[in-house]
Amino acid sequence: MSSAKSVEVSDLDLYYGSFHAVQNVNMTIQPNKVTALIGSSGCGKSTFLRSLNRMHELVHGARVEGSVILEGQDIYAPDVDPVAVRSQVGMVFQQPNPFPTMSIYENVAAGLRLNSRRMKKPAMDEIVERSLRGANLWEEVKNRLERAGSGLSGGQQQRLCIARAIAVEPEVLLMDEPCSALDPVATLAIEELIRELKVNYTIVIVTHNMQQASRASDITGFFNLEESGKPGRLVEIDETETIFSNPANKATEDYVTGRFG
Amino acid sequence: MSTASVASSARAPITHDSLPAWGPWAVVGGVLLAAVALGSATEVALGVLLLLGVVLSVGVVYVWSRAVEGSRRAKDRSVTIAVTASFLLAIAPLVSVLYTVLSRGLARFDAPFFTETARNVVGEGGGASHAIVGTLVITGVATLASVPIGIMAAIYLHEYGSGRLKKALTFFVDVMTGIPSIVAGLFAVALFVLFFGPGIRLGVMGAVALSVLMIPIVVRSTEEMLKIVPDGLREASYALGVPKWRTIVKVVLPTALAGIITGVMVAVARVIGETAPLLITTGVFSSMNSNPFDGRMSNLPVFAFNQYKFPGAIPEPYIDRAWAAALTLIVIVMTLSLAARLIYRRFGTDIR
Repeated sequence: MSSAKSVEVSDLDLYYGSFHAVQNVNMTIQPNKVTALIGSSGCGKSTFLRSLNRMHELVHGARVEGSVILEGQDIYAPDVDPVAVRSQVGMVFQQPNPFPTMSIYENVAAGLRLNSRRMKKPAMDEIVERSLRGANLWEEVKNRLERAGSGLSGGQQQRLCIARAIAVEPEVLLMDEPCSALDPVATLAIEELIRELKVNYTIVIVTHNMQQASRASDITGFFNLEESGKPGRLVEIDETETIFSNPANKATEDYVTGRFG
Repeated sequence: MSTASVASSARAPITHDSLPAWGPWAVVGGVLLAAVALGSATEVALGVLLLLGVVLSVGVVYVWSRAVEGSRRAKDRSVTIAVTASFLLAIAPLVSVLYTVLSRGLARFDAPFFTETARNVVGEGGGASHAIVGTLVITGVATLASVPIGIMAAIYLHEYGSGRLKKALTFFVDVMTGIPSIVAGLFAVALFVLFFGPGIRLGVMGAVALSVLMIPIVVRSTEEMLKIVPDGLREASYALGVPKWRTIVKVVLPTALAGIITGVMVAVARVIGETAPLLITTGVFSSMNSNPFDGRMSNLPVFAFNQYKFPGAIPEPYIDRAWAAALTLIVIVMTLSLAARLIYRRFGTDIR
């Protein structure tokens, strides 16, 4: 089984071309905890999240200053392969995105198969079942594993994507608003799943939903930008309870109590 | 307050009078019947009268409908008639071509046509099996050459290319799309003459000429298909630690495959009937030759052209063979299009 790891972010600045998107983030993401990132739209929390597995580099002109240290290794060191980073830091996206050409089984096996890890059928079966059980989807799909993944409901698709992500056994799991395309029942199922997953993984979740942050996370970080055009900053990060009951910063309090944003 | 009451009193009632359902179509039918009657009575061409009839009925329906139903419905009805008429006008040539080719091509669309060649045939009889084989071989070789080049070029343009080089390549692909086919033929001739000297005629020369025409079509259609593969799928694959090239091969291409195949079929259909570039590259030949690297090679367009252009003392058998060759070409293209449709239905993925 994979071992959860901590992530140390220091003096991280993110740019898109000449646009300074996020400024000077310092935080420690603790292992086996759920860290929620909240803040208004455009404040850079998704950009920050994507910098944790070098996904933001896919945007043309994006660059990074500072360091992200995953268990002692700076993932932005020059000799680091971003592909290898991503196999250790998995990601689940806002829109459920199962591969449309693949069955449910193949979707879960995709991470291993696409990396051409040769594997015997029983071993693969075991991983697929374990991952689907891990994503609370096994009971619903065990009799139709060969059907297309796109035939599932939105909530099931998102849990399939989570199963796909945990099948490669990452150390850290990033989730970019994983429930914003889902109904409340599916959302609740995913939140329950997140709480179960933290036993094995370090989880970072971006959300717009304050209740979700308070329900599902242990640590909450609040991102804000002073005004549009300025870079986003990490205003405050603390125990979720503290952030929601007794935040140190006025802006945080205004945001979590719904006075703006 | 006054604003609310003004709005409600100015608002039109939601019920309205309407024309009977058969009304507009009865007008169109009546006017067109009158046009036909007028056409048979006078010397004026029927087509012109029908066209005028459509314009007239659009006017009549508009006026009638406006009087009964108001201007919005009137516009709707008249535009409906205009659009339907335009559609019929647009497919009229297609129907006409199909009808003519069928009616004239069926005379020689018989077994000998598919089993015999034109070798030593004077007057009646003979067949075009050599031309059918030639067309399939030449187009096949052209497809084998163009598809990998075209798909790889499209992958470069959409997945890797950036900046000036990409812009330049896109521009040249666009220019290539517009190359007249005879120029492609002359290019192939010039190329092979460099190596084999003047007077060279080979099946593969025709394939090269056709490739020049096919590649830009394959590049364009593949690029369009790659564009509609959602970025979310690429990101999902990257997030699993899959390298970019593997993502393209295993995720992006399979997702776009059905569309790419359709694009290839369109490209094949586009070049399979090319005559000019083949006439100057493959030459005219009346015997079976299935080796594209060995001398002249017949093919259906050139066969049809040649039969029509150089008939014997009694021209009818030659003309019949030309029409049968044209019909065979249409059958081949339609079979390919149907196959593409079937492939799309069977393997097509809904990627939006």
